[in-house]
Amino acid sequence: MSDNKKKPDTKAVEVKAAEAKDVQTKKVEEKAAEIIQATETQTVKPAAAEDKEFKKKKSTTWERNQRKWGWAFILPTMIGIIVLNLWPIVQTIYQSFCKVGSFGDSSFAGFANYKKMFADPEVWQSLLNTFKYAIIEVPFSIAIALILAVFLNRKMHGRTIYRAIFFLPMVVAPAAVAMVWRWLYNSQFGLLNHILGAKIEWISNPKIAWISVAIIGVWSIIGYNMVLFLAGLQEIPKDYYEAADIDGASGVRAFFKITLPLLSPTVFFVLVTRVIGALQVFDLVYMVMDISNPALKKTESIVYLFYQYSFQNGNKGYGSAIVVLLLAVIMVLTVFQMIGQKKWVHYN
Amino acid sequence: MTRGVQFKRRMQRLLIHLILIIFSIIMIVPFVWMTLTAFKTVTEATSVSPFVIFPSQWRTDAFTTVWNNMNFLVLYKNTLLLIFFRVVCACLTATLAGYAFARLKFKGRDFMFSLILFQMMIPSQIFIIPQFLMISKMGMTNTMFALVFPGIVTAFGTFLLKQAYMGLPGDLEEAARLDGCNIPKTFVFVMAPLARSSMVALGIFTAVFAFKDLMWPLVVNSSANKMPLSAALATMQGQYQSNYPQLMAASLISCIPMIVIYLIFQKQFVEGIATSGGKL
Repeated sequence: MSDNKKKPDTKAVEVKAAEAKDVQTKKVEEKAAEIIQATETQTVKPAAAEDKEFKKKKSTTWERNQRKWGWAFILPTMIGIIVLNLWPIVQTIYQSFCKVGSFGDSSFAGFANYKKMFADPEVWQSLLNTFKYAIIEVPFSIAIALILAVFLNRKMHGRTIYRAIFFLPMVVAPAAVAMVWRWLYNSQFGLLNHILGAKIEWISNPKIAWISVAIIGVWSIIGYNMVLFLAGLQEIPKDYYEAADIDGASGVRAFFKITLPLLSPTVFFVLVTRVIGALQVFDLVYMVMDISNPALKKTESIVYLFYQYSFQNGNKGYGSAIVVLLLAVIMVLTVFQMIGQKKWVHYN
Repeated sequence: MTRGVQFKRRMQRLLIHLILIIFSIIMIVPFVWMTLTAFKTVTEATSVSPFVIFPSQWRTDAFTTVWNNMNFLVLYKNTLLLIFFRVVCACLTATLAGYAFARLKFKGRDFMFSLILFQMMIPSQIFIIPQFLMISKMGMTNTMFALVFPGIVTAFGTFLLKQAYMGLPGDLEEAARLDGCNIPKTFVFVMAPLARSSMVALGIFTAVFAFKDLMWPLVVNSSANKMPLSAALATMQGQYQSNYPQLMAASLISCIPMIVIYLIFQKQFVEGIATSGGKL
């Protein structure tokens, strides 16, 4: 738009800046000499005066340059963020008040979607399913990862091998993870039932299917959490443990008295991000639970429901309302965690 | 007494190894089982008594069947291109913006950065419907552009790189400026190389999550030849229902390239995820 008009102007500025730079460099040399002299002879006054003058002259072109290049540098990102993220937020919220057809044609419908949503038992059930999933995935994945990280946080044989193995699920497509677990869970031919000598219907019994899905979630994310904890553990100075060792504190006590408090910022961070991640669970449910699975209604997550309404049933207005609900839930939970952290997170 | 302490230490170490080994087995058994099943016949895989653990013969039938049916070369290519474009776009835009946010002073900077932080707090599903509508209005469904689209810029990457640039010492930048370098030159030749490790971390992070992303490819590319591996695997599950050797073979074929790359660059992977994930 105004870019074309500005171009000659900026060129002129550039030329000027280049000219000014020559002067500046000379001045800088002078200034450096001055400073050296000043420090040698302890006469600070003239140098300080010159410095002020120097800064004034320098600031105008320098500031203009910073503004020009600063905006140029952030422009691609900002345009992208606005078009791809910020404007879609507005649109999604607007759509949640609309009846939207599958081709984007929409008509305003007021609170109809929300009224329908709050009276929809499937939405509440999926919200409950999501919470149940999170209640297993988050604490177990964090606790196990923490223990593994503490064990691995020392010089020992096979350290990299262990770390590589625990992290492995992170680089595997969730579809493959889900497929192999379905096979392990298979009630007739599955390895798990063979080992246990049982005939458990891991993923088709509505009472336990949500646990089975959450176990896959834990298995998939342990390595990721562990790597974050390992990075946090490396920040803890070794002398703390040496002091504890001299005092005769056992490993378990050292863990609770030293490791856990000092690692609490990392634990808090992982907790917040894991809660957010668990509430957005989709891949596992989508891959593990078939449409015909009798346990589907007891395991489908809120994002799964969002996907079904928005892209399978073509009801984007209702889908938008569901995802706005998810946003609200995540915000509330995050705020609670932020308030709660004061009680147990120690920043030094 | 010291011998007693030493003995206790040794036992402790042994116990730790034991626990780690048990967990390693839990982590690795699914992959082993995937491999074993892929080499079996359907009859072997679904035999209950006797339960077959190792295939009587290492058959590659399942591999050849899925390889012929699924056009894996196209899927690899799509996945590779998706990762490539996402990583290049993310690193390029994020390093530019990160540098500006960290090192340059200009009006409106802090407000713009607050928009970046705001975006990071919003669950990504909020964006998907409008993003999909944009793509379909452009008539770009079933294209590579559609796959890359939401990852052209990255708020998180911008934040990560900003942190990286803020941690760099100011002397070098100052020196470059005094030597007559303008801002782009200072950025390209002095500062960007110093933030390399964070850029690598962002690249790995972006690659892993582009590879694992499922919902967006499912929504935007429904044509079998335009999907990345993750989505193709998800749709093939329906087709092969209960032919477990074939399902496992397909899973294995799609996992192995990433696993091999991971095992080679293990240190970079883990560190990249640790430094970037830790700041998410």
